[in-house]
Amino acid sequence: MKSMILEIMYLLTGMVAIATGAYALTDKKHKTKIGTGVFWILFGIIFIAGKNIPYHIVGIILFLMGGLTAFNKVGCGSQELSSEEHREEKSHKIGNMIFFPATSIGLIAFAVAQFTNLGGLVGLGLGSIISLVFTLVVTKENPKYIGYESSRMLQQIGSTTILPQLLASLGALFALAGVGKVISEIMSGIIPEGNILAGVTVYCLAMAIFTMIMGNAFAAFAVITAGIGIPFVFAHGANPAIAGVLGLTAGYCGTLLTPMAANFNIVPAAIMEMKNKNGVIAAQTPVALVLLFLHIVVMYLWAF
Amino acid sequence: MIKLIGILIIVLGFTFKLDTIAVVLIAGVTTGLVSGVDFMTILSTLGEAFVKTRYMTLFLLTLPVIGILERNGLKERGAHFIKGMNSLTSGRILSFYMAIRTLAAALSVRLGGHVQFIRPLIYPMAQSASENKLNRVLSEKENEQLKGVACAVENYGNFFGQNVFVASGGVLLIVGTLQELGIIVEPYSVSKAAIPMAFISVILSFVQNYWTDHTLSKVQAATQLEKEAK
Repeated sequence: MKSMILEIMYLLTGMVAIATGAYALTDKKHKTKIGTGVFWILFGIIFIAGKNIPYHIVGIILFLMGGLTAFNKVGCGSQELSSEEHREEKSHKIGNMIFFPATSIGLIAFAVAQFTNLGGLVGLGLGSIISLVFTLVVTKENPKYIGYESSRMLQQIGSTTILPQLLASLGALFALAGVGKVISEIMSGIIPEGNILAGVTVYCLAMAIFTMIMGNAFAAFAVITAGIGIPFVFAHGANPAIAGVLGLTAGYCGTLLTPMAANFNIVPAAIMEMKNKNGVIAAQTPVALVLLFLHIVVMYLWAF
Repeated sequence: MIKLIGILIIVLGFTFKLDTIAVVLIAGVTTGLVSGVDFMTILSTLGEAFVKTRYMTLFLLTLPVIGILERNGLKERGAHFIKGMNSLTSGRILSFYMAIRTLAAALSVRLGGHVQFIRPLIYPMAQSASENKLNRVLSEKENEQLKGVACAVENYGNFFGQNVFVASGGVLLIVGTLQELGIIVEPYSVSKAAIPMAFISVILSFVQNYWTDHTLSKVQAATQLEKEAK
């Protein structure tokens, strides 16, 4: 039942991707319409037919998609948000009712996860579909914008949409190649055998430092969890949900501290016309350091 | 040791801002090849893991809702809502925004952003609140401090609130990564485990905002003393 509903959700997700590709292909003003169209349609095909395609073919499709992004063939189209006057006018007309469909996705997902045994993913799907109905009722928007807005938003988010999945796949390859083993052999010289506090400390610090170097906590999580998290924290019986989420947010503490995370730290300083382009990082530093310290404490006390 | 070359490729690729997807693929293939895995197995391992982690990208289903709401003034309405709070001190305005931003992230409502909220709304409100209270124009140094903290609350709320949502990118990354490493965990238990740190970050941000209020009025007192001394 649950896996059948999930397959339907993947089908719908694939349709969002294919619609995006179709909008791109028919977009006359699009600078990279072929590449963008092909990219999203390939992605949609993996979603819809993924289970029935031989896995090495999926691997080849991923390389085709990677080739398209490497040569800058995936970009944004000409679809635009409604005008500022229109949005302002609508925000008065609709009033605070607009928050209702905005929050219902999260509330429905939460309710399904809490009160049924279908899980949060089915909850997300059901929440999205029900909220879409609410949205159309509350805004009285023309349903043709379902496809249009999906395409506009997905092209805006861009090819990094597939990054989390790709990083998890990289993790699978690292596991197969035994990368974690190599790192843990190196680290076992530093972390005393069976010392949980040392393991937790190094895991959190490594997450923060790697995130600072790469500017991306997601990529750091895949690498550091395989190399340090699994042998020195999870293998000692940590609650995986707690250690996992604290590991990731320990990385976010690193995000607060690095100019590599330009979108969050450097671009805002420019937008605010600050004299010091690291001014946002400076403001975040004390809080980030205290938070990082608390991550170690909380993981050690709560996950074991 | 040579097996770590993939990590080196990722670090260098991300540092030099090369195409992210290509960098990850190249890192994976290189790692596999130097470890003696044949190319077909590399392809099928990548493909299998990618298909099995499709749930990580289910958020695409929320895009039509978000897009149509944005077309119809979601962010504008959010701005009106926050403007109603203009009788507060600057620290309290920032704290109020921090609370709203964290809650919105926890419910997966995309209400926030430096461009959309901090620059046009939150910072000017905080600035004028301080100037009203202190009865003078803020100095450049004080403004810099306020700008920094105003940008910071957006990041704190976004980062530490988002994983409370059961199907957020971060939660699904954790579930997917651990699954590929042989540990099965439910998204819902991960999202529940994110709640304490969300609370702690809100409290730390409140402390920082209170401190900002405090130092702004302290600078004022110091300049007054200087004037009196003269």
